[in-house]
Amino acid sequence: MDLILQPWPWWISGILVGLTVPLLYFATGQGFGISTSYQQIGAMGSPHSRLSYFRNFDKRKGLWTLMFALGITLGGFISANLLTAEPIEFLPASYLSLGGAVRLFIGGILIGFGARYAGGCTSGHAINGIANLNLPSLLATIFFFVGGLSVTWGLGYLIF
Amino acid sequence: MTTTLERPSTQDRLPIVEAVRPIAIAPKPKTTAPISKTTLLLSLVIGVYFGVVLTKSEVVRWQRVHDMFLFNEAHMYLIIGTGIGVAMISMWLLKRFQVRSMNTGQRIEYKPKPWHSGVMIGGTLFGAGWSITGACPGPIYAQIGGGAWLSLVTLAGALVGTFLFAQLQSKLPR
Repeated sequence: MDLILQPWPWWISGILVGLTVPLLYFATGQGFGISTSYQQIGAMGSPHSRLSYFRNFDKRKGLWTLMFALGITLGGFISANLLTAEPIEFLPASYLSLGGAVRLFIGGILIGFGARYAGGCTSGHAINGIANLNLPSLLATIFFFVGGLSVTWGLGYLIF
Repeated sequence: MTTTLERPSTQDRLPIVEAVRPIAIAPKPKTTAPISKTTLLLSLVIGVYFGVVLTKSEVVRWQRVHDMFLFNEAHMYLIIGTGIGVAMISMWLLKRFQVRSMNTGQRIEYKPKPWHSGVMIGGTLFGAGWSITGACPGPIYAQIGGGAWLSLVTLAGALVGTFLFAQLQSKLPR
């Protein structure tokens, strides 16, 4: 029990992350990916939208992404309240400010816009895509790091 | 004797069956099979599993993501790398043995995501957002569930970003 309450080592975590892909395929027939849930929320939130990105989206089929997202939220709740010895510091204390909230909001916009434009995020491209030997997904992952490394090393002194 | 007798009889029946069937089947094309309640429930359960893994592995912590981009520690790289490796072997096995989905009964297959300039531009912007917020879409949900209410701001931003993309999609290079 004590081992479960500690942060899990990388190799257990990595194996369990990787197993999510076949589990999801086997149980539901769906490909691992999370950012499609944004499209689902958008399509559900604007049922009369004239934007084809929402209008032409199959909301009934996409409902599973919302359930998956809800499950992840619930998993976060269970871990933080039942499966941990010490409180988890999700965000640095410096983000608990107006400036921090602005940074999170702008970063969030980049995440939503970027993931949907690229056609996937870390789960759909980096893990599921590369695992299925999809070359565009490998390139997407390289560009994820181009963006992340540029900001951290280039603008880091301004942001963090 | 029996085979020669049966053959003409099936040939006689076929045209009738073919004439009746299309009318009954036509309104329901097989391409958009509705998603079942079991699929939704299983998605939720696997979501819980993945949320626990993300949180317990500390992938959900801003500091871990920051240390990854600073090359301070290998933790995140090792998890992503192992995850890809395990998923790759699993997918090879699923395809090799032509495993069918427990729920849909259909053979498991990966739908390739295509290359277009958005993979480069969007990918770079996504990476920037990942480094600033310290979270990608999965961890954002797990952070909120874990009690980091501030991450609701990240989620709100992500939804605004999605609306922006929907708005600009037709004008963006592809």
